[in-house]
Parts: sequence; C-alpha cells; structure tokens
Amino acid sequence: MAELTKLIHKYLRHDKKFPHVWCPGCGNGIILGSLIRAIDKTGFEKDDIVLISGIGCSSRLPVYVDFNTLHTTHGRALTFATGVKLANPRLQVIVVMGDGDAMAIGGNHFIHAARRNLNITAIIVNNNIYGMTGGQFSPTTPYGARSTTSPFGHIEHPFAISELAVTAGASFVARGTVYHTHLLDQLIEKAIYKRGFAVVEVISNCHTQYGRKNKKGGPVEMLKWMKKSAVRVERAKEMSAEEMEGKFTIGVLVDRELPIFTEEYEKIRQEAKKEYGILG
Amino acid sequence: MEDAVRSGKPVLLQGNEAMVEGALAAGCRFFAGYPITPATEISEAMSVKLPAVGGTFIQMEDEIASLGAVIGASLAGAKAMTATSGPGFSLMQENIGFACVAEVPCVIVNVMRGGPSTGLPTRPSQGDVMQARWGTHGEHPVIVLSVSTTWECFDVTVKAFNLSEKYRTPVIILSDEVVAHTREKVQLPHPQEIEVIDRIKPNMPPEWYIPYEDNARGVPPMGVFGDGYRYHVTGLIHDVRGFPTERPDEIQAFLNRLHRKIYQNYFDIVFIEEEFTEDAELLVISYGSVARSAKRAVREARRRGVKAGMVKLITLWPFPRQFLEPYLRKVRAVLVPEMNFGQVAREVKRINQGMTRVEKLNRIDGQLITPSEILTRLLKM
Repeated sequence: MAELTKLIHKYLRHDKKFPHVWCPGCGNGIILGSLIRAIDKTGFEKDDIVLISGIGCSSRLPVYVDFNTLHTTHGRALTFATGVKLANPRLQVIVVMGDGDAMAIGGNHFIHAARRNLNITAIIVNNNIYGMTGGQFSPTTPYGARSTTSPFGHIEHPFAISELAVTAGASFVARGTVYHTHLLDQLIEKAIYKRGFAVVEVISNCHTQYGRKNKKGGPVEMLKWMKKSAVRVERAKEMSAEEMEGKFTIGVLVDRELPIFTEEYEKIRQEAKKEYGILG
Repeated sequence: MEDAVRSGKPVLLQGNEAMVEGALAAGCRFFAGYPITPATEISEAMSVKLPAVGGTFIQMEDEIASLGAVIGASLAGAKAMTATSGPGFSLMQENIGFACVAEVPCVIVNVMRGGPSTGLPTRPSQGDVMQARWGTHGEHPVIVLSVSTTWECFDVTVKAFNLSEKYRTPVIILSDEVVAHTREKVQLPHPQEIEVIDRIKPNMPPEWYIPYEDNARGVPPMGVFGDGYRYHVTGLIHDVRGFPTERPDEIQAFLNRLHRKIYQNYFDIVFIEEEFTEDAELLVISYGSVARSAKRAVREARRRGVKAGMVKLITLWPFPRQFLEPYLRKVRAVLVPEMNFGQVAREVKRINQGMTRVEKLNRIDGQLITPSEILTRLLKM
C-alpha cells in the first residue's frame, strides 16, 4: 500500500492547492489512480504525456497531475488533442471526458476522431448524468431515470458509448468500471500502448446526483451494483440474451489494426514535396 | 514542378492565395479548416502547400473543431491558422475566447460575406467588424486587422502571425469576398527579406518556470508541450501558475495584464495608411475592399480641386483612436463608407466628441460601394 501511495505522489502536483473538487466517494479518484498506474507502467516520461480534458467533473482531472495538461472548452477536447498530436506526433496524447462532454456537445468530434484514427487515447467517464451542473440527464441516462431535467422520468434512450466507438471505426475499444480497478489499470495501459484511436469507457458512480435521485444508494451500493452487473466479454459470449438482461460487458470489445492518420499523412508530405520541391 | 509564386517574378494571385503565401512565409505549419464560401480557396491551397513544407493540413468536421485543432497545434509548438466566413466565424467564438484567456497564438481569417445567418455566401460585406471585437463572451482584448489588396493579403497575414506570436494572442484578419477573389499582380519578397517573429520561449530551468507570471512586456514566455516545461493550460481564470483561482486579487491581476499587454503596445499593433491627409479638409476613413473605391474617389476629388484625403485602417481593433484624433480636430467633415449600417462610423463618432461632422455612406445590398458613389458624396460635403 505504501508503495502504491508513493507511486501516486510521484505524479501529483504538490503545488496545486488541494483538496480536489470531487465529492467523497466519487469514481473520478479511482480513475485518476488507475491512469497514473497505467502511465507509470508504460514507462513514458512526464514530459511526453499530454493530458487533455473538456469540461465537467471528470475533466478537472488533469489539473492534479504533473504532465503537460490542457483543460479545453466543453466537448472540444478531442479537437485540441488532434492539433497537439499532429503538431508533435511524438507526444502521447490522452484525453479524459465525461459522458455529457464526449457524447452530447462533443458527440460529433468523438465519431470523427474515431474515424480519423489518430494515435490518441480517449477515456470516457460514464456516470449517466451531468454532475457538475447539478444532475441533469445526459446522453447516457437510462430510459425512465430521474434527473433534475427529467423529473417525471427520462423518455429518451441512451447511447452505448463503446458500441458507438466500434461502429465509428476506433482501433481499440474497451469498457471497464471503477469497481474492477485491476482490469481498469490493464485496459488503460493497453489503450495507451495501442497505435490508433483507443477508447476506454469507464462506468463510474455519481451517487450525489444520479444515485440519490434514482434510489441507487451511496458509493458502496453503486460499486456493488457494478460488481453484480458487469460481465466479462469472454463470458458474455456464452450467455443468452435473457441472462444478459440488465447487465453490461467489460473488457476489450475491439482491438484491430487500421491505418493511422499521421502515417498516411507522411505519404502525402512525400508526394507534395516531389510536386513542389522548391518549397521543401 | 517549380513554384512560380516564389520565383521572385510578378505573379497573378487572388487574395485568398496571397494569404496562404503570407502564412507560409511567416512560418505557419498547421492549418485546420472547414469548407465555406468565400474562404475555401485558402483551405485548398493549404492542402497542397503545407505538406510540401513539412507542415500539416487537416479538414475538420466543423469550424469549432478547426479552431480547437489550431489552438492544440499552437500549444505543441506550431504556428497555426484557420480560415472561414460568417457562419463559421460565429461557431469559432467560444474557442477565440479560450485562445485569449489561455494566451495561445493563432491566426483566424474571416472572409466576410453578407449576413446575418447564411446570408449572402457569394457577396461581400463588412458586417463582422463588431463581432470580431466583441463576439466571444466576457471582456477581452483582441487584435483585428483588415485587408484591401492582394499584396496586403500577403503582408498583413505575415503581420498577423508576428503580432500573435509576440503578444500570445489570437489575431483576426477580416477580409471580404471582393478582396478574396480579386486577382492582382503581386511580386512577393524573397523569404529572407521578410521579418518573422517567433514566440519567446522560457530559458530558465523548468522548476523555476512560472507560466503566467507578469513581466515588463506583460507577455510571459510560452512553454511548448514536450519541451520539459510542464504546466496547466485552462480556459478558467487562473493564477500565475496556470491553476484555476477564485481569489479576487489574482483574478484582477490576470485580467489587467491580459488587457495591458495589448494596450501598452498600442503603437506596435496599430497600422494605418494615409493619402493626401496633410492639407485635407474632407477625410474619408475606410478599410477593406471599400478602401479601394475610396482611394479612387479621393484622387478624383483632388483632380477636381476638392481637398479630400483618406485614412485606410489596417488595424481595426484596438481602434486607431490616437491616429485619427488629430485629423478629427482639423478637418471640416469625415466620411465613413462601409458595407454595413455603420459599425466603424459608430466608433469614429464615439471618439469624435463633437470635433467635426461625421457622415456615413452605407450599402448593405451585397454590392461594393463604387468610387463614383463616394465621389458624389464628397462633392456635396
């Protein structure tokens, strides 16, 4: 345990005025821990990592850690990440977004980033609600759920983030939860190593907003719900549709080799240089 | 194939193409854009020329994404630019504010077309002067330049990059459909004759680097991602270390510096051009394509014995108040022709304070104001 704490402290910004903004029991801290352990395992230098986020509770994550950090406008984190990666492909770009950030206001950027296939890691913290603004429904709020803007029950149907990422063409898509932390460490590590657009959806708990309004209990009860409802992808294949009712899969959903934008663009550069040699 | 443009011989270029040459000469190595009339030729030329100089062109999914990518690229060390027109410029406003607050150098070209809304995509306008100044929310300083000839499309774009790098701020260039699509003969200077300014980078040990610390210039040196100066960049109001703050003294100090860095360097940022102003009794103040008509009208008026003169505004914001005031004290009347209901005229009236008579000449029908319209008015004044 002492070793683990020491590792976390190696990456925290001690000149940042703690405490953090998150509620006690929030899943964001667990994700930050997982991210730090995964980065440490990959062996990248702090200088090589650019941690980018949008707006929201989970998007406050970069400020606490000692990397190159960029807290962008709401929903636009992936667009900034695109610029950073293209200007310096040597940098390891990791983007953290919430479900509202990545799926509503940033939904278009998300599908296009997946299609474009830059070598970027996207971590989407899915807690089914807008937490920071006080519990309004998000694109992943389940049908029938209550929120401050669906007081009579939600009448829209949620996005399946990971499935959307697969369809949009991401190279790597995985789903984890804040309960299954060892798995989460591995998934994030794999996503960082992966060459291409890699998505990790993390099911997290917002007991303060979502849990309270939907009688899901506190952080402990919500973590227990994750334990009960999550099924490893491998096991899910052997289960019937009835058995999977109300459950979701965790693990690596897709891992495939696709042409990477920066490598394709390098070919364009060579061709353009041949054509316009005087400029080169 | 040889690049004719850089051969040193006179070439025929349209304004949009000249802007691309200016950007490349200034060191632009990243462009992100989204197709829109009448700015599309900038994207097209960039997609050919940027890869040839080892840079990157990318067509994004919309204009919001385009400016996002430009800001990201700039933070990672590339000089970066985007180009759009009215509807796209409206979409970019939030990220313009981000670039102001996070102090990220970048150049945004708005080739103005008729508005509001989808408006008149293929017709010129000067309707975005106030939007360029006040479009993003919150009080912020901004540099806005305008162009009226193909040569200026080249030259002002170089200036825009230089100012943006020097003062760590977004610089907006307002072009319009007429300037963008007019083909003119230009002779571009040799790259070595062009003054190119790069951002000042930190040279202290990383542990001593305080990313937003004030200095005499009001412009802190800018760390580049990957260079070892790890710091936090945010759109939130931040302290000198870049971390979000709600302390009144830190908020005040930050916003003061943000404004001071532009206004204390006013004379380095404001450019105007004058003609026949020494003894002028009537003064035409114009900018953009209308300045072309004004020039012709003023020359014609002189030929007919009317003591007319003109000031062409190249810098629109900060407004060239200190350059215009001496003339306002002196001349009998001022005419401000523009393709809107009087956005610059309003500003001239604001600084005039009753010194002289300010008249407007406006067209909002998608047509360029002609020299004869200006001349006719001058002869009546």
